[in-house]
Amino acid sequence: MGPARSAPLTAREAGLVACPGCALLSPQGTADCPRCAARLHSRRPNSLQRVWAWWFAGIIAYIPANIYPMLSTYTLGRRSDDTIISGVIELIALGSWSIAFIVFFASVCIPLMKFAVIGWLVFSVQRGVRDPKSSMHLYEIVEFIGRWSMIDVFVVAILSALVQLGFAAQIAPGPAAACFALSVAFTMLSAQAFDPRLLWDAARTDGNE
Amino acid sequence: MDVLACPTCDLLNEVPRLGPGDRARCARCNRLLVARRRNAIDRMLASGAAVTILMVAAVFLPFLSISEMGFRNAASLFDVAASFSRGINVPLTLAVAACIIFIPIARVLALYAALLPVRLGWRPAPQAARLFRLAEALKPWSMAEIFIVGTSVALVKLGGIAQVYYGPAFWAFVLLVLVIALEQAIVDRTTVWDLLDPRP
Repeated sequence: MGPARSAPLTAREAGLVACPGCALLSPQGTADCPRCAARLHSRRPNSLQRVWAWWFAGIIAYIPANIYPMLSTYTLGRRSDDTIISGVIELIALGSWSIAFIVFFASVCIPLMKFAVIGWLVFSVQRGVRDPKSSMHLYEIVEFIGRWSMIDVFVVAILSALVQLGFAAQIAPGPAAACFALSVAFTMLSAQAFDPRLLWDAARTDGNE
Repeated sequence: MDVLACPTCDLLNEVPRLGPGDRARCARCNRLLVARRRNAIDRMLASGAAVTILMVAAVFLPFLSISEMGFRNAASLFDVAASFSRGINVPLTLAVAACIIFIPIARVLALYAALLPVRLGWRPAPQAARLFRLAEALKPWSMAEIFIVGTSVALVKLGGIAQVYYGPAFWAFVLLVLVIALEQAIVDRTTVWDLLDPRP
């Protein structure tokens, strides 16, 4: 770097672009990373549109996931359906408070929190970010924790595979399982489409005005 | 001194040459930029081998079985994925099998194809960089650890209904989760990219 470097620069301000795959710096305008051949963009193209698209897809899938049953239990010829919420209530009735809390947190709190946080992040990029550091921490939390919503889908898979005891007891997955898994995948893609560098760009322009 | 751009905030950081065990964080957003490890490549390859062996055991041995009122039923990992093989849930069969079996294996294969040649002192394979990037990109979709938590939830739910027996595949899978967690903690991307650099 030059000797007269006083204020910290971003790669973009220095006329450089960092590779998303291997972090190598190249001059802006380079098409592909010379080290790992990844396509280079200073910022992910159409990041916010992609975030919104996956976000809406996630919400749309989340609605039937909560209305339809996750699984149906047949015991001695009688059938009972469980939605996400009634599954949690059943766990509480069994006295397993900690497990009920895990399922409630993974299937209800995490998805709702994700929708709220991602929506808020995109909104704040468009309006100007006051505190990019804590916004970025929120983003990191959402990206890290989002996959854990899949717990309930796996619970349904294991229960339906195991509980095939003829007339005594049978468990079958319900249509909510596919909707819920789709919703989780869509929100993961939504979070991945978000470019956290936009938070810092938005803070910058805000301060200069 | 190296200059590195932070992947989350784009700030240019001056990072000194680091030795094994050292870490560097972004000056502005505190994101981890570099984590050097001793024998990084050897450890990644070793944990990849462990994942493969444990996955073979987890797939082909009995996973869990239950019995109640004289009825008995056993399920393997494939049976668990196949439980979604009806109606709207059919695509979930593939998705679940991918998340718990195929993607962890694909990551190991990609790592081996990328790293084994350079470890043996050969030139990197032509697609090595692409394969390593693939292994990194697949990480969030490899859900073995989430599956094992799901298993414990299911076992609690079953506690009142039936007697549960743990097969060897169950314990293999628990070990597998631990190895994958360890593997993710020892990735040293700086070393990998230095090795895979095709430029003179």
